Amino acid sequence: MFQQREGWGQPSRTRPNFSSPILSDLVSLPRVATGSTSRRGFLFSLGTLGVTAALGGRFFDVVFAADEIDQIRSTVDTAHQWVMVFDLRRCDGCRDCIKGCQKEHHLPQSTEWIKVYELTGAQGKPFTMPVLCMECEDAPCVRVCPTQATYYRPDGVVIVDESICIGCRMCMAACPYGARVFNWEEQTDVPEQFHDNRPEFTIPQRTGTVGKCTLCVHKLAMNEFPACVESCSMDAIYVGNLVEDVASNRHETVVLSKFLGDNDAFRFREELGTQPRVYYIAGHGQDLAY
Amino acid sequence: MSVSSSYLTVTHPDDLRSAALAPVVTRPGRGFRVLIVGLGLVVSAGAAAYVYQLVNGLGVTGKTDQVFWGLYTTNLVTFVGFSYGGATVSAILRLTHASWRGPISRIAEATALVTLAIGATFPLIHLGHPERVWMILTNFQINSPISWDMIAILTYLFATIVLFSLPLIPDLALLKSEPLLGGWRQRLYAWWSGGWAATLEQQQHLNRALTGIAVVIIPLAVMVHTVLSYAFSLTSRPGWHSTVFGPYFVIAAIYSGVAIVVLTTAAYRRAYHLRQQIPARAIVNLGYLMAGLGVAYGYLLFTEVTTEGYVGEESAETLLFSLILDRWSVLFWFFVVTGLAVPVLLIALRRTRTVGGVTLAAALVTGSFYLKRFLMIVPPLTRPLIDGDWGTYTPSWVEWAISAAAVAAIPLLLMLVFRVLPVLAVHEIKEINNQHSELDGGDAGGSE
Repeated sequence: MFQQREGWGQPSRTRPNFSSPILSDLVSLPRVATGSTSRRGFLFSLGTLGVTAALGGRFFDVVFAADEIDQIRSTVDTAHQWVMVFDLRRCDGCRDCIKGCQKEHHLPQSTEWIKVYELTGAQGKPFTMPVLCMECEDAPCVRVCPTQATYYRPDGVVIVDESICIGCRMCMAACPYGARVFNWEEQTDVPEQFHDNRPEFTIPQRTGTVGKCTLCVHKLAMNEFPACVESCSMDAIYVGNLVEDVASNRHETVVLSKFLGDNDAFRFREELGTQPRVYYIAGHGQDLAY
Repeated sequence: MSVSSSYLTVTHPDDLRSAALAPVVTRPGRGFRVLIVGLGLVVSAGAAAYVYQLVNGLGVTGKTDQVFWGLYTTNLVTFVGFSYGGATVSAILRLTHASWRGPISRIAEATALVTLAIGATFPLIHLGHPERVWMILTNFQINSPISWDMIAILTYLFATIVLFSLPLIPDLALLKSEPLLGGWRQRLYAWWSGGWAATLEQQQHLNRALTGIAVVIIPLAVMVHTVLSYAFSLTSRPGWHSTVFGPYFVIAAIYSGVAIVVLTTAAYRRAYHLRQQIPARAIVNLGYLMAGLGVAYGYLLFTEVTTEGYVGEESAETLLFSLILDRWSVLFWFFVVTGLAVPVLLIALRRTRTVGGVTLAAALVTGSFYLKRFLMIVPPLTRPLIDGDWGTYTPSWVEWAISAAAVAAIPLLLMLVFRVLPVLAVHEIKEINNQHSELDGGDAGGSE
């Protein structure tokens, strides 16, 4: 989590070159040698140059976020990289997934970590589309979080540590999928025996922090299916593992890459470059890249 | 020397001294006391509302998961924007050697400091967990615009404090022996001015420091307002994700900042009869500055609307439609009229280009830019991200109370500041006058 700080103390790549006559003029090196200028002036120039060079090098890293993911991801789980697939041909918009999710995480009625939208395709046919956290590989929410409360787990799942979240809601502004919710009210109706304080499984939700889908990693760890998959009576939701190239909706198990390829799976708002790990299979005449 | 002759020469030292100290040493009238008590009550009500919010959580606001930023964010952007006026008037006019800056620079610097201090509290007020704010440092995340905001605002606050404190040194040294001051003010003045004896070397150091801070604070202010805009424009939301946002914020900040300096200056000019010390020219010149900035802002608004609307990308167009023709259109056009058209006209027309006209224009700009910041923040949030109903946002009484407290805190803090410190930059005014008389005498080599 704190991996990205490495490299701060390393020499910056644009170290000033004092052999250049112009630069040495600038930092007044020759005059120092003769002892005629103030040491303070020299140190000031040197400091300015150093800070400029360091900031200049860092600027590109920050703004273009080149190797940001590698930096923030401390380790990679080589056995599990979770994905989800929604087969929209089967989804009938019954909202059972929402209920299953709310029950599992003891969420209040108003809080939906998975939402079901009723949309209309290009041919005018209505269809329903469940949307949850896309577990983006290049997640805008992780990038904008000022306290690293949102982070990547080694298995690729994006988690909010509600004990670190300061509640600035910058991640909600950054998320293009509206997947994040704020815990406005205190939850007082959850019995004590269900309380849990793991970042992956916080019950009840902490007031004043941001919550979102955790892909039920606490259940995946016990070889169980996520709550939404379990509660889907249409078998429309698959959970899969990129490493093993497999996905299952409990009743059928498919080869993930073949299943996605054969069915022209798409990712939601692919053009934003967030690299989501949630796939959709269209089939009722809706736009492929809605 | 007779009393009447000292009235004629504005630059007479005794006259200037007494004018600068008038708000400090004059026994406060009934109006002053009523105002202080009234404003104090509004601020206390806001503080109580904040305590209520701390106890009950952000659920007491009118915000929702869709409209999760509202009045607090509006306040933050508006008040930090106001503080730009001080940086402009004081720093830019100092660097360009504008001779009319003298009488207004202290008021400008104080306004900047006060509005920034108020604005800087809103990042805290809007947090779900303000007690964890230190984690921004301990869990530092340099990729986050919030981290940049914090660094930028704190640096800017520090620079504004320096910009306010430094010019006070020679003034307080001049005034510390004033018998009318109470004992504690004399001690404060003596402490603040340290060992200032107006020697040539000291004056050189001070001038260098003032020029230095003036040079630093202009790019710093540009950065602060640009970084503030990044909290919006570095997201993929239509209405926020726009390259124009940086300059947009900067221009809006200077425009509204100059307006609030005009308001403060006009208020003190009238209340303490400083008509001779603060010439009408200074306020009218600020008016010219405002008119230029108003036109610039109108231009940026025009390019934004045109580039979004002409291409007609669906999400951007839906938002634009709601803003200029549908649900937000009344507020939007109200802003265009009161925030841009009328103020610029008031200053452009010779008949209204008076102290009264410019002050009215400034009042309109100040109020309507609060509205504009609201329109910049809230409508893009109400547009549904995927599908569904448009979100609604009705600020709760807690949000209104805290916002009213912030507004009331501006005059309250200014009145308190000028009960303690001189309202005119005596030393600077004298210096400018000396430079001018030297220039008149043909000796131009005397500066610094």
